[in-house]
Amino acid sequence: MISLARLAVDDIHVWRGDRHVLKGVSLRLGPGELLHIAGPNGAGKSTLLRVICGLLRPEQGAVSWAGIAIADNPAAYHAALAYASHEPALKADLTALENLRFAVGLKRRVADAQLQAALFEAGVAACAELPARVLSAGQRRRVALARVLAVQAALWLLDEPYTNLDASGAELLSRLLERHVDGGGSALIVAHQTLVLDRPVRRLELGT
Amino acid sequence: MSVSLWSAMTLVLRRDLALSLRRPDQLAQPLVFFLIVTTLFPLSLSPESSLLRQMAPGVLWVAALLAALLSMDGLFRGDAEDGTLEQLVLSGQALGAIVIAKTLAHWLVSGVALVLISPLVATALAIPVAAFPVMMLSLGLGTLTLSWLGAIGAGLTVGLRRGSVLLSLIVLPLAMPLLIFGANATDRAIGGESAAGALYFLGSLCLLTTTLAPLAAAAALRITLE
Repeated sequence: MISLARLAVDDIHVWRGDRHVLKGVSLRLGPGELLHIAGPNGAGKSTLLRVICGLLRPEQGAVSWAGIAIADNPAAYHAALAYASHEPALKADLTALENLRFAVGLKRRVADAQLQAALFEAGVAACAELPARVLSAGQRRRVALARVLAVQAALWLLDEPYTNLDASGAELLSRLLERHVDGGGSALIVAHQTLVLDRPVRRLELGT
Repeated sequence: MSVSLWSAMTLVLRRDLALSLRRPDQLAQPLVFFLIVTTLFPLSLSPESSLLRQMAPGVLWVAALLAALLSMDGLFRGDAEDGTLEQLVLSGQALGAIVIAKTLAHWLVSGVALVLISPLVATALAIPVAAFPVMMLSLGLGTLTLSWLGAIGAGLTVGLRRGSVLLSLIVLPLAMPLLIFGANATDRAIGGESAAGALYFLGSLCLLTTTLAPLAAAAALRITLE
Protein backbone atom coordinates (compact mmCIF):
# COMPACT_ATOMS: atom_id res chain seq x y z
CA MET A 1 0.00 0.00 0.00
CA ILE A 2 2.66 2.46 1.04
CA SER A 3 4.94 1.55 -1.84
CA LEU A 4 2.06 2.22 -4.25
CA ALA A 5 1.18 5.58 -2.76
CA ARG A 6 2.50 8.48 -4.78
CA LEU A 7 1.22 11.15 -2.47
CA ALA A 8 1.75 10.63 1.23
CA VAL A 9 0.44 13.14 3.75
CA ASP A 10 1.43 12.45 7.33
CA ASP A 11 0.02 13.92 10.50
CA ILE A 12 -0.55 17.49 9.31
CA HIS A 13 -1.19 20.11 11.98
CA VAL A 14 -2.00 23.69 11.05
CA TRP A 15 -2.85 26.55 13.38
CA ARG A 16 -4.49 29.75 12.18
CA GLY A 17 -3.78 32.14 15.04
CA ASP A 18 -5.28 30.38 18.06
CA ARG A 19 -7.41 28.04 15.98
CA HIS A 20 -6.15 24.50 15.50
CA VAL A 21 -7.51 24.02 11.96
CA LEU A 22 -5.99 20.72 10.94
CA LYS A 23 -5.48 18.22 13.72
CA GLY A 24 -3.27 15.43 12.50
CA VAL A 25 -4.58 14.74 9.00
CA SER A 26 -2.98 11.80 7.18
CA LEU A 27 -3.81 10.35 3.79
CA ARG A 28 -2.39 8.20 1.01
CA LEU A 29 -3.12 8.52 -2.67
CA GLY A 30 -1.84 6.12 -5.30
CA PRO A 31 -2.00 6.04 -9.10
CA GLY A 32 -5.55 5.67 -10.37
CA GLU A 33 -7.03 6.80 -7.06
CA LEU A 34 -9.43 9.56 -6.26
CA LEU A 35 -10.09 10.99 -2.84
CA HIS A 36 -13.00 13.22 -1.95
CA ILE A 37 -12.23 15.61 0.90
CA ALA A 38 -15.48 16.65 2.53
CA GLY A 39 -16.49 18.52 5.64
CA PRO A 40 -18.47 21.53 6.84
CA ASN A 41 -17.44 25.10 6.06
CA GLY A 42 -14.35 26.10 7.99
CA ALA A 43 -13.25 22.50 8.53
CA GLY A 44 -9.95 23.25 6.81
CA LYS A 45 -10.57 21.55 3.45
CA SER A 46 -8.98 24.31 1.37
CA THR A 47 -6.22 24.75 3.95
CA LEU A 48 -5.38 21.06 3.62
CA LEU A 49 -5.27 21.40 -0.15
CA ARG A 50 -2.94 24.40 0.13
CA VAL A 51 -0.68 22.41 2.44
CA ILE A 52 -0.63 19.53 -0.03
CA CYS A 53 0.21 21.95 -2.86
CA GLY A 54 3.12 23.31 -0.91
CA LEU A 55 1.65 26.83 -0.73
CA LEU A 56 1.25 26.60 3.03
CA ARG A 57 3.82 25.08 5.31
CA PRO A 58 2.24 23.08 8.13
CA GLU A 59 3.38 23.59 11.71
CA GLN A 60 3.83 19.86 11.98
CA GLY A 61 3.73 16.95 9.56
CA ALA A 62 5.05 16.23 6.11
CA VAL A 63 3.88 15.82 2.55
CA SER A 64 5.84 13.66 0.15
CA TRP A 65 5.50 12.83 -3.51
CA ALA A 66 7.01 9.66 -4.97
CA GLY A 67 8.87 9.13 -1.72
CA ILE A 68 10.51 12.57 -1.63
CA ALA A 69 9.42 15.30 0.77
CA ILE A 70 7.92 18.07 -1.38
CA ALA A 71 10.05 20.71 0.33
CA ASP A 72 13.18 18.89 -0.92
CA ASN A 73 12.26 19.03 -4.59
CA PRO A 74 9.39 21.46 -5.07
CA ALA A 75 10.08 22.02 -8.78
CA ALA A 76 9.59 18.35 -9.72
CA TYR A 77 6.49 18.09 -7.54
CA HIS A 78 4.93 21.27 -8.89
CA ALA A 79 5.60 20.15 -12.44
CA ALA A 80 3.59 16.99 -11.70
CA LEU A 81 0.51 18.68 -10.25
CA ALA A 82 -2.37 20.75 -11.52
CA TYR A 83 -4.06 22.88 -8.90
CA ALA A 84 -7.33 24.70 -9.34
CA SER A 85 -8.21 26.94 -6.42
CA HIS A 86 -11.73 28.19 -5.78
CA GLU A 87 -10.80 31.15 -7.98
CA PRO A 88 -10.50 30.37 -11.70
CA ALA A 89 -7.09 32.16 -11.79
CA LEU A 90 -7.64 33.88 -15.13
CA LYS A 91 -6.39 37.30 -16.20
CA ALA A 92 -9.49 39.32 -17.09
CA ASP A 93 -7.71 41.23 -19.88
CA LEU A 94 -6.40 38.14 -21.67
CA THR A 95 -8.48 35.84 -23.84
CA ALA A 96 -9.21 32.31 -22.67
CA LEU A 97 -6.65 30.94 -25.12
CA GLU A 98 -3.97 33.43 -24.05
CA ASN A 99 -4.64 32.61 -20.42
CA LEU A 100 -4.01 28.94 -21.14
CA ARG A 101 -0.98 29.71 -23.31
CA PHE A 102 0.75 31.48 -20.43
CA ALA A 103 -0.44 29.27 -17.56
CA VAL A 104 0.15 25.93 -19.29
CA GLY A 105 3.23 27.15 -21.15
CA LEU A 106 5.11 27.51 -17.86
CA LYS A 107 4.56 23.82 -17.11
CA ARG A 108 5.16 22.19 -20.47
CA ARG A 109 5.73 23.00 -24.12
CA VAL A 110 2.32 23.19 -25.66
CA ALA A 111 0.92 24.03 -29.09
CA ASP A 112 -2.15 26.21 -29.53
CA ALA A 113 -3.96 23.26 -31.13
CA GLN A 114 -3.66 21.28 -27.89
CA LEU A 115 -4.99 24.23 -25.90
CA GLN A 116 -7.90 24.61 -28.33
CA ALA A 117 -8.60 20.91 -27.91
CA ALA A 118 -8.64 21.29 -24.12
CA LEU A 119 -11.04 24.23 -24.39
CA PHE A 120 -13.21 22.15 -26.72
CA GLU A 121 -13.27 19.27 -24.26
CA ALA A 122 -14.28 21.61 -21.47
CA GLY A 123 -17.09 22.90 -23.67
CA VAL A 124 -15.77 26.44 -24.07
CA ALA A 125 -14.19 26.27 -27.54
CA ALA A 126 -16.33 29.24 -28.59
CA CYS A 127 -14.80 31.39 -25.84
CA ALA A 128 -11.18 30.91 -26.96
CA GLU A 129 -10.82 34.39 -28.40
CA LEU A 130 -12.95 36.21 -25.82
CA PRO A 131 -11.32 38.10 -22.95
CA ALA A 132 -11.94 36.35 -19.64
CA ARG A 133 -13.72 39.44 -18.29
CA VAL A 134 -16.77 38.85 -20.51
CA LEU A 135 -17.11 35.16 -19.61
CA SER A 136 -19.70 33.99 -17.11
CA ALA A 137 -18.60 32.44 -13.82
CA GLY A 138 -19.43 28.98 -15.15
CA GLN A 139 -17.49 29.55 -18.37
CA ARG A 140 -14.48 30.76 -16.38
CA ARG A 141 -14.67 27.60 -14.29
CA ARG A 142 -14.66 25.55 -17.49
CA VAL A 143 -11.61 27.45 -18.81
CA ALA A 144 -9.86 26.67 -15.52
CA LEU A 145 -10.83 23.04 -16.07
CA ALA A 146 -9.34 23.23 -19.57
CA ARG A 147 -6.11 24.45 -17.99
CA VAL A 148 -6.01 21.44 -15.67
CA LEU A 149 -6.61 19.17 -18.68
CA ALA A 150 -3.96 20.82 -20.84
CA VAL A 151 -1.28 20.62 -18.15
CA GLN A 152 -1.53 16.79 -18.34
CA ALA A 153 -0.41 16.45 -14.75
CA ALA A 154 -0.37 13.21 -12.78
CA LEU A 155 -1.97 14.78 -9.72
CA TRP A 156 -5.08 16.94 -9.81
CA LEU A 157 -5.84 19.07 -6.76
CA LEU A 158 -9.23 20.68 -7.26
CA ASP A 159 -10.88 23.00 -4.76
CA GLU A 160 -14.68 23.05 -5.13
CA PRO A 161 -14.52 22.36 -8.88
CA TYR A 162 -18.32 21.95 -9.15
CA THR A 163 -19.01 25.55 -8.10
CA ASN A 164 -20.84 27.57 -10.79
CA LEU A 165 -21.05 24.61 -13.16
CA ASP A 166 -24.44 23.78 -14.70
CA ALA A 167 -25.78 20.21 -14.81
CA SER A 168 -23.97 19.37 -18.04
CA GLY A 169 -20.77 20.94 -16.71
CA ALA A 170 -20.92 18.87 -13.53
CA GLU A 171 -21.57 15.75 -15.59
CA LEU A 172 -18.59 16.62 -17.83
CA LEU A 173 -16.32 17.18 -14.84
CA SER A 174 -17.28 13.79 -13.37
CA ARG A 175 -16.53 12.07 -16.69
CA LEU A 176 -13.15 13.84 -16.96
CA LEU A 177 -12.30 12.81 -13.41
CA GLU A 178 -13.13 9.17 -14.20
CA ARG A 179 -10.99 9.31 -17.33
CA HIS A 180 -8.06 10.90 -15.48
CA VAL A 181 -8.15 8.23 -12.78
CA ASP A 182 -8.61 5.40 -15.30
CA GLY A 183 -5.51 6.66 -17.08
CA GLY A 184 -3.47 6.19 -13.90
CA GLY A 185 -3.82 9.75 -12.63
CA SER A 186 -4.54 10.72 -9.03
CA ALA A 187 -7.02 13.30 -7.88
CA LEU A 188 -7.91 15.06 -4.64
CA ILE A 189 -11.26 16.79 -4.80
CA VAL A 190 -12.49 19.22 -2.20
CA ALA A 191 -16.27 19.48 -2.48
CA HIS A 192 -19.12 19.80 -0.04
CA GLN A 193 -21.60 17.84 -2.14
CA THR A 194 -21.48 14.12 -2.90
CA LEU A 195 -19.49 13.19 -5.99
CA VAL A 196 -21.58 11.28 -8.51
CA LEU A 197 -19.15 8.97 -10.25
CA ASP A 198 -19.58 5.52 -11.80
CA ARG A 199 -17.62 3.98 -8.93
CA PRO A 200 -17.42 4.15 -5.15
CA VAL A 201 -15.46 7.20 -4.04
CA ARG A 202 -13.13 7.21 -1.06
CA ARG A 203 -14.03 10.03 1.30
CA LEU A 204 -12.06 11.86 3.92
CA GLU A 205 -14.29 13.73 6.34
CA LEU A 206 -12.65 16.71 8.01
CA GLY A 207 -13.76 18.55 11.10
CA THR A 208 -15.43 15.56 12.72
CA MET B 1 8.81 18.42 -22.75
CA SER B 2 9.75 20.51 -19.76
CA VAL B 3 10.07 24.26 -20.13
CA SER B 4 13.49 25.85 -19.73
CA LEU B 5 13.94 28.66 -17.25
CA TRP B 6 14.69 31.06 -20.07
CA SER B 7 11.51 30.35 -22.02
CA ALA B 8 9.50 30.52 -18.79
CA MET B 9 10.92 33.97 -18.09
CA THR B 10 10.22 35.10 -21.65
CA LEU B 11 6.66 33.85 -21.32
CA VAL B 12 6.05 35.76 -18.07
CA LEU B 13 7.66 38.90 -19.54
CA ARG B 14 5.44 38.67 -22.63
CA ARG B 15 2.37 38.05 -20.51
CA ASP B 16 2.98 41.10 -18.31
CA LEU B 17 3.81 43.34 -21.28
CA ALA B 18 0.62 42.20 -23.05
CA LEU B 19 -1.40 42.92 -19.91
CA SER B 20 0.12 46.40 -19.50
CA LEU B 21 -0.48 47.31 -23.13
CA ARG B 22 -4.15 46.36 -22.76
CA ARG B 23 -4.54 48.87 -19.95
CA PRO B 24 -2.93 51.98 -21.52
CA ASP B 25 -4.67 54.22 -18.96
CA GLN B 26 -2.77 52.59 -16.11
CA LEU B 27 0.41 52.84 -18.14
CA ALA B 28 -0.05 56.56 -18.72
CA GLN B 29 -1.02 57.60 -15.18
CA PRO B 30 2.48 57.63 -13.61
CA LEU B 31 3.88 59.41 -16.67
CA VAL B 32 1.23 62.11 -16.58
CA PHE B 33 1.86 62.43 -12.84
CA PHE B 34 5.58 62.89 -13.56
CA LEU B 35 4.82 65.60 -16.15
CA ILE B 36 2.38 67.46 -13.91
CA VAL B 37 4.53 67.42 -10.76
CA THR B 38 7.55 68.75 -12.60
CA THR B 39 5.41 71.46 -14.21
CA LEU B 40 4.20 72.63 -10.80
CA PHE B 41 7.64 73.88 -9.80
CA PRO B 42 8.20 76.49 -12.52
CA LEU B 43 4.60 77.63 -11.94
CA SER B 44 4.87 77.93 -8.18
CA LEU B 45 8.44 79.19 -7.77
CA SER B 46 9.75 81.19 -10.66
CA PRO B 47 10.07 80.66 -14.38
CA GLU B 48 13.58 82.13 -14.31
CA SER B 49 15.86 79.61 -16.00
CA SER B 50 18.93 80.09 -13.76
CA LEU B 51 16.88 79.26 -10.65
CA LEU B 52 15.07 76.40 -12.40
CA ARG B 53 18.34 74.91 -13.59
CA GLN B 54 19.63 74.92 -10.02
CA MET B 55 16.61 73.05 -8.70
CA ALA B 56 16.07 70.86 -11.73
CA PRO B 57 18.02 67.74 -10.63
CA GLY B 58 16.20 67.54 -7.30
CA VAL B 59 12.78 68.22 -8.80
CA LEU B 60 13.35 65.69 -11.57
CA TRP B 61 14.48 62.94 -9.24
CA VAL B 62 11.87 63.43 -6.53
CA ALA B 63 9.15 63.45 -9.19
CA ALA B 64 10.59 60.34 -10.84
CA LEU B 65 10.73 58.55 -7.48
CA LEU B 66 7.11 59.37 -6.65
CA ALA B 67 5.92 58.45 -10.13
CA ALA B 68 7.69 55.11 -9.91
CA LEU B 69 6.08 54.46 -6.51
CA LEU B 70 2.62 54.96 -8.01
CA SER B 71 2.90 51.97 -10.28
CA MET B 72 4.79 49.68 -7.91
CA ASP B 73 1.83 48.57 -5.86
CA GLY B 74 0.36 46.85 -8.90
CA LEU B 75 3.42 44.67 -9.51
CA PHE B 76 2.01 41.59 -7.78
CA ARG B 77 -1.39 42.81 -6.56
CA GLY B 78 -3.33 41.95 -9.72
CA ASP B 79 -1.89 38.45 -9.82
CA ALA B 80 -2.54 37.93 -6.12
CA GLU B 81 -6.16 39.04 -6.40
CA ASP B 82 -7.16 36.84 -9.33
CA GLY B 83 -5.27 33.78 -8.11
CA THR B 84 -2.70 33.68 -10.92
CA LEU B 85 0.12 34.33 -8.44
CA GLU B 86 -0.53 30.92 -6.86
CA GLN B 87 -0.38 29.36 -10.31
CA LEU B 88 2.97 31.08 -10.95
CA VAL B 89 4.33 29.77 -7.64
CA LEU B 90 3.10 26.27 -8.49
CA SER B 91 4.38 26.37 -12.07
CA GLY B 92 7.45 24.35 -11.19
CA GLN B 93 9.68 27.26 -12.26
CA ALA B 94 11.98 29.13 -9.88
CA LEU B 95 10.00 31.91 -8.24
CA GLY B 96 13.07 34.17 -8.30
CA ALA B 97 13.20 33.91 -12.08
CA ILE B 98 9.50 34.74 -12.36
CA VAL B 99 10.07 37.78 -10.13
CA ILE B 100 12.92 38.90 -12.42
CA ALA B 101 10.69 38.62 -15.50
CA LYS B 102 7.80 40.45 -13.84
CA THR B 103 10.01 43.23 -12.51
CA LEU B 104 11.72 43.73 -15.87
CA ALA B 105 8.33 43.94 -17.56
CA HIS B 106 7.28 46.49 -14.96
CA TRP B 107 10.45 48.52 -15.53
CA LEU B 108 10.04 48.45 -19.33
CA VAL B 109 6.59 50.01 -19.14
CA SER B 110 7.24 52.38 -16.22
CA GLY B 111 10.96 53.20 -15.91
CA VAL B 112 11.93 53.17 -19.57
CA ALA B 113 8.85 55.18 -20.48
CA LEU B 114 9.80 57.72 -17.80
CA VAL B 115 13.36 57.95 -19.18
CA LEU B 116 11.98 58.51 -22.66
CA ILE B 117 9.78 61.44 -21.68
CA SER B 118 12.39 62.95 -19.35
CA PRO B 119 13.90 65.22 -22.09
CA LEU B 120 10.51 66.90 -22.34
CA VAL B 121 10.50 67.62 -18.61
CA ALA B 122 14.18 68.59 -18.69
CA THR B 123 13.50 71.19 -21.35
CA ALA B 124 10.76 72.70 -19.20
CA LEU B 125 13.22 72.86 -16.29
CA ALA B 126 15.88 74.58 -18.45
CA ILE B 127 18.34 71.67 -18.31
CA PRO B 128 20.83 72.08 -21.19
CA VAL B 129 20.67 69.48 -23.98
CA ALA B 130 24.31 68.53 -23.32
CA ALA B 131 23.27 67.11 -19.94
CA PHE B 132 20.53 64.87 -21.39
CA PRO B 133 22.62 61.70 -21.92
CA VAL B 134 23.88 61.63 -18.33
CA MET B 135 20.43 62.53 -17.00
CA MET B 136 18.75 59.76 -19.01
CA LEU B 137 21.40 57.19 -18.10
CA SER B 138 21.15 58.02 -14.41
CA LEU B 139 17.34 57.88 -14.54
CA GLY B 140 17.52 54.54 -16.35
CA LEU B 141 19.79 53.02 -13.70
CA GLY B 142 17.78 54.68 -10.93
CA THR B 143 14.37 53.50 -12.11
CA LEU B 144 15.63 49.93 -12.57
CA THR B 145 17.03 49.94 -9.04
CA LEU B 146 13.71 51.35 -7.83
CA SER B 147 11.81 48.59 -9.58
CA TRP B 148 13.91 46.00 -7.75
CA LEU B 149 13.38 47.73 -4.40
CA GLY B 150 9.70 48.03 -5.27
CA ALA B 151 9.52 44.31 -5.97
CA ILE B 152 10.65 43.56 -2.42
CA GLY B 153 8.19 46.08 -0.98
CA ALA B 154 5.35 44.89 -3.21
CA GLY B 155 6.08 41.28 -2.28
CA LEU B 156 5.86 42.15 1.41
CA THR B 157 2.70 44.25 1.17
CA VAL B 158 0.70 42.39 -1.48
CA GLY B 159 -1.29 40.52 1.13
CA LEU B 160 -2.40 43.70 2.88
CA ARG B 161 -5.62 45.40 1.97
CA ARG B 162 -4.18 48.89 1.82
CA GLY B 163 -0.56 48.10 1.23
CA SER B 164 0.41 51.02 -1.02
CA VAL B 165 1.17 53.49 1.79
CA LEU B 166 3.23 50.93 3.66
CA LEU B 167 4.98 50.12 0.39
CA SER B 168 6.03 53.78 0.08
CA LEU B 169 7.26 53.79 3.66
CA ILE B 170 9.37 50.69 2.99
CA VAL B 171 10.78 51.78 -0.37
CA LEU B 172 11.40 55.52 0.11
CA PRO B 173 14.11 55.22 2.82
CA LEU B 174 15.87 52.56 0.76
CA ALA B 175 15.71 54.83 -2.27
CA MET B 176 17.52 57.75 -0.62
CA PRO B 177 20.99 56.81 -1.92
CA LEU B 178 19.50 56.77 -5.40
CA LEU B 179 18.12 60.24 -4.95
CA ILE B 180 21.46 61.55 -3.70
CA PHE B 181 23.64 60.08 -6.43
CA GLY B 182 21.06 60.48 -9.19
CA ALA B 183 20.50 64.15 -8.48
CA ASN B 184 24.25 64.63 -8.06
CA ALA B 185 24.99 63.05 -11.47
CA THR B 186 22.40 65.25 -13.15
CA ASP B 187 23.66 68.32 -11.32
CA ARG B 188 27.25 67.74 -12.40
CA ALA B 189 26.19 67.13 -15.99
CA ILE B 190 24.31 70.45 -15.98
CA GLY B 191 27.45 72.17 -14.68
CA GLY B 192 29.51 70.54 -17.45
CA GLU B 193 31.54 68.43 -15.00
CA SER B 194 32.22 64.71 -15.12
CA ALA B 195 29.42 62.70 -13.52
CA ALA B 196 31.33 59.41 -13.67
CA GLY B 197 31.63 58.96 -9.90
CA ALA B 198 27.93 59.29 -9.21
CA LEU B 199 27.07 57.12 -12.23
CA TYR B 200 29.39 54.36 -11.00
CA PHE B 201 27.64 54.48 -7.66
CA LEU B 202 24.23 54.24 -9.32
CA GLY B 203 25.51 51.36 -11.44
CA SER B 204 26.77 49.45 -8.43
CA LEU B 205 23.49 50.01 -6.54
CA CYS B 206 21.66 48.73 -9.60
CA LEU B 207 23.87 45.64 -9.75
CA LEU B 208 23.48 44.99 -6.04
CA THR B 209 19.68 45.14 -6.15
CA THR B 210 19.55 43.14 -9.41
CA THR B 211 21.33 40.24 -7.73
CA LEU B 212 19.68 40.34 -4.31
CA ALA B 213 16.19 41.74 -4.82
CA PRO B 214 14.73 38.80 -6.82
CA LEU B 215 15.63 36.40 -4.00
CA ALA B 216 14.30 38.74 -1.34
CA ALA B 217 11.08 39.44 -3.27
CA ALA B 218 10.52 35.71 -3.93
CA ALA B 219 10.94 34.97 -0.22
CA ALA B 220 8.56 37.82 0.63
CA LEU B 221 5.95 36.46 -1.80
CA ARG B 222 6.19 32.97 -0.33
CA ILE B 223 5.56 34.36 3.15
CA THR B 224 2.65 36.45 1.89
CA LEU B 225 0.98 33.49 0.21
CA GLU B 226 0.97 31.40 3.38
